[in-house]
Amino acid sequence: MVNREQRCLALILAIGLITSLPSGASEQPAEAAPSALRSQSTADHSTFEALAQRFKSGRELTKACLSCHNLAAKQVHTSTHWNWEFTNEETGQSLGKRNLLNSTLISVSSNGPYCARCHIGNEWTEETFDFSAEEQVDCLACHDTTGTYASKKMHQLRVKCSACHVEFDKSKSRDVVRKPNLSELAKRVGKPNLASCGSCHFYSDGGDGIKHGDLDTSLLSASRHLDVHMAKDGLDYSCTTCHKAEGHQMRGTRYAPEAKDTHGIDVVGGSRATCESCHGLAPHPDSANVKLNDHVDRIACQTCHIPALARGGRPTKTYWDWSTAGRLNDAGKEIVEKDGEGRIIYSSQRGGSQWSENLVPDYVWFNGKIEYLTMDDKIDPASVVQLNTLAGSSDDPESRIWPVKTLRGKQPIDAINETLASVRLFGKKDDAFWKAYDWTASVGAGMKAAGREFSGKVGFVETEMRNPVNHTIAPAEDSLTCVSCHSRNGRMAGVPGIFMPGTGTGAILDIFGLLLIGSSVLVVLGHGTLRVLMKVRNNGRRRPS
Amino acid sequence: MKNRIYLYARFERFWHWSQASLIIFMALTGFEIHAFYVLFGYESAVQLHTTAAWVLIGLWIFAIFWHATTGEWKQYIPTFDRVVTIVRFYSVDIFNNAPHPYHKSRLQKHNPLQRFVYLLLWVLINPAIWISGLLYFFYNDWKALGLASFLSLEVVAVVHTVAAYLIFSFLIFHVYLVTIGDTPLTHIKAMITGWEEVEQEE
Ligand code: HEM
Repeated sequence: MVNREQRCLALILAIGLITSLPSGASEQPAEAAPSALRSQSTADHSTFEALAQRFKSGRELTKACLSCHNLAAKQVHTSTHWNWEFTNEETGQSLGKRNLLNSTLISVSSNGPYCARCHIGNEWTEETFDFSAEEQVDCLACHDTTGTYASKKMHQLRVKCSACHVEFDKSKSRDVVRKPNLSELAKRVGKPNLASCGSCHFYSDGGDGIKHGDLDTSLLSASRHLDVHMAKDGLDYSCTTCHKAEGHQMRGTRYAPEAKDTHGIDVVGGSRATCESCHGLAPHPDSANVKLNDHVDRIACQTCHIPALARGGRPTKTYWDWSTAGRLNDAGKEIVEKDGEGRIIYSSQRGGSQWSENLVPDYVWFNGKIEYLTMDDKIDPASVVQLNTLAGSSDDPESRIWPVKTLRGKQPIDAINETLASVRLFGKKDDAFWKAYDWTASVGAGMKAAGREFSGKVGFVETEMRNPVNHTIAPAEDSLTCVSCHSRNGRMAGVPGIFMPGTGTGAILDIFGLLLIGSSVLVVLGHGTLRVLMKVRNNGRRRPS
Repeated sequence: MKNRIYLYARFERFWHWSQASLIIFMALTGFEIHAFYVLFGYESAVQLHTTAAWVLIGLWIFAIFWHATTGEWKQYIPTFDRVVTIVRFYSVDIFNNAPHPYHKSRLQKHNPLQRFVYLLLWVLINPAIWISGLLYFFYNDWKALGLASFLSLEVVAVVHTVAAYLIFSFLIFHVYLVTIGDTPLTHIKAMITGWEEVEQEE
């Protein structure tokens, strides 16, 4: 079992290896590298004059990019990646990182400039960040093909270490602050690849694999078994192979997913990030079990083709208990506790955790509509509060059964007003939870930042958050088989509104049925025995009746 | 006086034994699908059951055709004539070693009780398992066929299972009853060779 330290080491070595590569390219700047000729792009950025400069800031670099790509920033300005805001036209809810609240790092709004350090802008570190300025777009955030930029930028911006490194030991880390070498990275820009997107998305909510279970660094070296599409020795897709990104508008959003694609194949010009976009509406070949294609109307592809979550060796969090966070040791120092496998099960900063690998997803009816709980909604502190609700049912023809990752946990609320609480985690003052571990002060600061009333009394509720999963598609031979569901206690056992062949038709019918069979056998046996007995008694002679 | 008569035509014997093996095989695979045990594995059980179903349906179509063209269907017309005697025979007289009160003939192969039971099988139970089985199989086409609004898969499965239990129970009685001829194998031999020794009606 590879433990966390070894993995970190491997990652650091890998990053080191990658970052040592550009030196070769810089020695011969005017000539296209042979690998560039094999790329799909018609341009080799390492030979561009506009990029052959010493860039002192991201803004300078962006200006150089915009000198050719003159529409790029305008396009980015309308994207969710830029605005961190998404209005769901169907439900009318204002979503996006800026507005939402979850059970992991709770809320962006109250930590603005801190959380925003992984925003695709050039240093949204001040509340006054100008969202309309073109040079504020940080092109490298997505177009750095080495996948190293995001991490270096975070370090350069001095994001609080504990935002990512829960076990951070300051004494051992003198020289971690690495500055990105903008001039080198500028030569290696290109279409975003797995490493580019992954440099943020693999680390959602504070660490590798924590949030999703289907998006983590294991994809960077995916085997065919982990992901048929992204396998290095296979199709080797990148994120944008499916998430078509014309004019900087990405297809496929978690806020309004397409739960049942009925368009079918239309991949020419780019996939819409649905399976059907490439595989069509009858995806299984004629050689397969004829019943398989009969399932696609009610079962999402993902249900069978993502047999488990966190299959690549990176555990994902299944439980996040904020209510115990802030416990310090006798010396007043922060604590980190691990289980036998080296997973952090308690830290003062983040509270209690549970993790899982090869996690069987939960299954729910889902029609693509997700309602999110907002801070305006009243909650029932006695119930398990649903942070989001996936709409759908067996009666709704738009719904299919989807696999979801459920994150359970406990998180702070305003105990009197009965609303979810926003929390200030980061900061130098004592109203930052990670500074003074004072819930009342940090919820107070959080609520103020979010523009909400705060009664002054903090409580905790149990919460659940569900995310449909889409990635780590296994090859056919690793997918679920019929019996995964068509058996007693199969995977769909808890899904309402279905009759599952292969699980029987209920005990009552079987009791009557077996009684019928049993009594038939008894009657026959009794009749036969009696016949033989009587025959012996009558000596085979006929008795007058 | 005994008489040797040709009771079962070649098609009839072929039909009988292939149907018998199919039904036993379908009960075996069916009750595996019903989650009673694991034998072939669910997926294979379903595929075998479905294939056997198509064969059985084919066989039934032939059988219906055969019965219609040969007029043999008349053998199943129910009659109350001497039903009481037959019931009395099986429940009382048989223990006293009485001879069977009914004598088969080429034109009357079934005794009145058999007629009722077979008719029940052919008019109620077989169509029930047949129709419910086909509905089960074509579940995905219910919407196109306009059936989706009033049928539920669970009801179809229940009807199918009830019919399967009834067929199984029939099978038990049937197998027992064929062994109570003059010797246990008398009737079975007849269904193999076609010829049976029967008591002549005086
Ligand atoms: C025309 C004839 C038949 C057809 C078309 C048919 C078809 C089917 C189908 C499609 C299923 C469901 C398989 C699935 O899970 O997808 C099934 C189940 C089953 N069949 Fe049949 N079948 C036929 C005859 C029989 C016979 C003769 C028997 C037994 C004597 C039988 C016993 C069963 C049983 C016990 C089940 C399981 C029901 C449940 O638990 O849902 N079937 N059949």
